[in-house]
Amino acid sequence: MDRVLLAQFIVIGFTFFMLLNSAAILVYMERKVAAFVQQRYGPYLVGPKGLLQPLADIIKLMFKEELRPKAADSLLFYLAPVLSATAAFAAFAVVPFGADTTLFGLLDRPIHLAAADVNVGLLVIFAITSMGVYGIVLAGWSSNSKYSLLGGLRSSAQMISYELSYGLSFAAVIMLAGSLSLHTIVDHQAGYWLGFIPKWYLFVQPLGFFIFLTAGVAETNRAPFDFPEAEQELVAGYHTEYSSMSFALFFLAEYVNMVTVSAVATDLFLGGWHGPFLPTIARWLGWQADSLGWIWFLAKVGFLLFFYIWMRWTLPRYRYDQLMEFGWKWLLPASVLNLLVTAGVVIYMGW
Amino acid sequence: MDAVLFWILAAVMVIASLLVIGQRNPMYSVLLLIVSFGALSGLYVLLGAPFVAAIQIIVYAGAIMVLFLFVVMLLNVPTEDPPTGYHARLLGGAGPRRFGAVLALVLAVELFWAFWRYLQPAPMPAGSSRASATVLEIGTKLFKDYAFAFEATSVLILVAMVGSIVLARRETK
Repeated sequence: MDRVLLAQFIVIGFTFFMLLNSAAILVYMERKVAAFVQQRYGPYLVGPKGLLQPLADIIKLMFKEELRPKAADSLLFYLAPVLSATAAFAAFAVVPFGADTTLFGLLDRPIHLAAADVNVGLLVIFAITSMGVYGIVLAGWSSNSKYSLLGGLRSSAQMISYELSYGLSFAAVIMLAGSLSLHTIVDHQAGYWLGFIPKWYLFVQPLGFFIFLTAGVAETNRAPFDFPEAEQELVAGYHTEYSSMSFALFFLAEYVNMVTVSAVATDLFLGGWHGPFLPTIARWLGWQADSLGWIWFLAKVGFLLFFYIWMRWTLPRYRYDQLMEFGWKWLLPASVLNLLVTAGVVIYMGW
Repeated sequence: MDAVLFWILAAVMVIASLLVIGQRNPMYSVLLLIVSFGALSGLYVLLGAPFVAAIQIIVYAGAIMVLFLFVVMLLNVPTEDPPTGYHARLLGGAGPRRFGAVLALVLAVELFWAFWRYLQPAPMPAGSSRASATVLEIGTKLFKDYAFAFEATSVLILVAMVGSIVLARRETK
């Protein structure tokens, strides 16, 4: 078989494997950070420093009884978690996580460090994440329980409200880079201003970054926007009736979605795999300048994920009317303004 | 390869669309319509228009169908009962049904004839056979050549939106 093709398959498999593992790592991280915020120890008995806790969690979930409410719609009830998880994994397929590489000279031509390089990548991500809501909505409806239904309804309303701002914050970056491909957008952020400020879109688009993060948190249903599962009001929202592995799939989907939003934020605003120091080391070792870029990528995504968890355990949940008011009356006008100003600057400065 | 994919997608689309109208449960109808849209988006990809494919999913399968689902869930109609009452008897009796069947048949024959008569396979414009339509091309076409139609459509949608809000709103006094 062609070596390059084989390498591409390995990259795809590796991406999938890392995404699965990232969910486990995030579970551990979430519990440890939560413990730190609340001045507890967190898990420390299973394995060294409690590192095997996610494994124990998974084993526990697997051995639980699979319950289904009698009046539930059985087809949709089992389809919903699968849809959720599939959409979560599929969205990551077009996210590049490193510069083109020949794997230190093993291949004769460079391959992309992404499962697929699509020239409308950003739109594909947007399309697939908008499919993810069906998992939650169907779970809510098919459970035939009032809490689940309310959770599903809230989720669809929230997604529609925040998707607009989410898309408009994308659009501003697309205008700056002049491309829909994530790879090209990252390449536009290479280099420095005045020799030391990295050319990240974060510094050009601070408002856009804020809007993207806020809408991203709302899209992934994380606190302070976790209304679909607000436990004080809705028991557990859309997954009230789920147990065992079906529940685990929702859990998995939530964490994978967090990773995707963080990775996209890194590619769009934080310069992807570009950063100081590492190119120097790589050159010193005699490799390509950006061959160690994936370390920067991992570090940035890791920080954003930490931020996600930090926010969850620090901020209280909004009230539902506040959520809608914030989304429609503040975030949407702000993103439209951001788009208009960006368009004006792009035209007059000729970027 | 392309031909095989085309036939698979086309079959999925036709079958899903037929099943949409055959369902008693509106929830399943909505979901099958999404499947049909997904297959249509695949056809766009085969035609070399990934941008249109992505937009198809975002706008139709993503935004509009979520709204449909939202309404179905809010009304929470479990299954559609056969209608009863005066109007149902007027429209659903044996006579009107036969009349409707004849009309449907006439429409089908007419459509078939029209397509057969006038839809010859048009030659592809030179130079655009398999080149994918780029976002730039679509953008310039939309905002330069068809700018007026584009703006007029958006104003029309806005008017429709304002109108529906005015109609649906109840004055609270």
